[in-house]
Amino acid sequence: MYQPEFEAMPRAQLEELQLRRLKDLLVRVNDAVPTYREKFAAAGFDPGSLTSLDDLSRVPFTVKDDLRAAYPYGMFAAPLRDIVRVHSSSGTTGQVTVVGYTRGDIDRWSDLMARTFACAGVTADDTVQVTYGYGLFTGGLGAHYGSERLGALTVPVSGGNTKRQVQILKDFGVTVLACTPSYALLIAETAREMGVDPRALPVRVGVFGAEPWSEQMRRQIEDELGLTAIDIYGLSEVMGPGVASECVHQCGLHVFEDHFLVEIVDTETLEPLPDGEVGEVVFTTLTKEGIPVIRYRTRDISRIIPEPCACGRTFRRIERVTGRSDDMLIIRGVNVYPSQIEQVLMGVPMVAPHYQVVLTKKGSMDHVEVHVEVAPDFNFDEIREIEALQRKVKAEIESALAVSIAVKLVEPKSIARSEGKAKRVVDLRTEGGA
Amino acid sequence: MVEQVSVFLENTSGRLAELTRVLGNAGINMHALMVADTSEFGVVRIICDSPSKAKAVLDEAGFGASIANVLAVEVPDRPGGLADLLETLGDEGMNVEYAYCFVRPQGSSAVDVFRVDDERASSVLQAAGFRVLGASELYSS
Repeated sequence: MYQPEFEAMPRAQLEELQLRRLKDLLVRVNDAVPTYREKFAAAGFDPGSLTSLDDLSRVPFTVKDDLRAAYPYGMFAAPLRDIVRVHSSSGTTGQVTVVGYTRGDIDRWSDLMARTFACAGVTADDTVQVTYGYGLFTGGLGAHYGSERLGALTVPVSGGNTKRQVQILKDFGVTVLACTPSYALLIAETAREMGVDPRALPVRVGVFGAEPWSEQMRRQIEDELGLTAIDIYGLSEVMGPGVASECVHQCGLHVFEDHFLVEIVDTETLEPLPDGEVGEVVFTTLTKEGIPVIRYRTRDISRIIPEPCACGRTFRRIERVTGRSDDMLIIRGVNVYPSQIEQVLMGVPMVAPHYQVVLTKKGSMDHVEVHVEVAPDFNFDEIREIEALQRKVKAEIESALAVSIAVKLVEPKSIARSEGKAKRVVDLRTEGGA
Repeated sequence: MVEQVSVFLENTSGRLAELTRVLGNAGINMHALMVADTSEFGVVRIICDSPSKAKAVLDEAGFGASIANVLAVEVPDRPGGLADLLETLGDEGMNVEYAYCFVRPQGSSAVDVFRVDDERASSVLQAAGFRVLGASELYSS
């Protein structure tokens, strides 16, 4: 443990710390951020009236649109002269959002990412290759500062140029790979093409995040690269990576609760749910100065695992996020997460877990076509066999998603590999007017 | 048994041209090419010199090629020649998954290529007097 005094703090003491920080936070944002002042006033909430953590349920939520409306700096709680860095969301789903960090924020974030690496079993003796993109995306610099803070040898490669990634992994004796899970698979595939056995690489730990992935995909990555794959979690609006992380027991992600209050709320009523029930994840940042968020709705779906963990951390865990409700597709009224498709494909021989969902309209109906790559060692040459495989993939996806779909088998490596977050969905439903 | 190169292709324009160009550039000579297709995909089956080299250059170029073992049988180039052969297999209860034939310029006989999922096919045909060709008789290396 990197900071056992916090990570293993007795719950009662932790909750006292959280309450103290929350009271201070609410007064602070009420003074500094017009958006919160207006929200609190409209909801009749007096920020000085909070007496227990349960009172949090009286505080209004913050959503992505609040941050968009405040573009770029409108929700910063510290003056710009105290902000030392900004990051920004990718903006693929709309107006980008900008987040600012004070020197203190960068310091705490570095600690949180050092905790994340330590959680994954990384020590100062390790060599960490950071393959998350450096730049406005929080992944690269977030991981970089944490790895350095822990004292590991840090190799700041950033994303792209996969052959060079493999060469550096091999030549620099890299023991820890930090990237998105889909990129880890591309690295393994590229290594094999280069004649390098990915299992013979010195990498022993993978620190993977920034996109939803399945347990089957974890097993595949671990098998192909011969490493322990750890799931990490974060989002730029809350901090970036370093909000929650699995420990080596791989049984849910410990939320760093001394800095982030986590709630699970009902997706319809938005009422807080008891531990164990599935709903939308909501975070309140307790210590951030640059741009604190209050009850920020992440759109991520998970549940809290309250039972103690064998690692000794007292922080509660959240279950692996299998989908962001932003990624959720509504197909003929059924909620579908593309990651469910990946889980199915992992279990079918002769196809690769590379897929793309193409949505179109046929008349007024949604039409879903799932493009699935055949495996590189695909050796069916009878039409009958290939059609049977196509039917099997279709039946298994339909049974998992409960919607009817079409399957198109495509050539190996024909679906574009992403070097960052994989693009799994092509939604053409609104084109041509709807 | 001889080796056939099989390639899974999407049904897109120009893809077959790309495939044959890759083989041509590698100096690989094709003796027969057969395309089985559905509306969405096709399987290209090729008898050529150096099947393993063909697979390697196709894989390198991003095609998913595999090698399938098929039967190549010399059939007299006269009416009823192929029917005799198929009846021999049919009498043994052997099912032909696919078949195609080509004529060699140097001879008066046709070569028929079969995929039969039964290991006994080769010996059954030989016993009935058909000449089953080996790799050296069909392509170099």
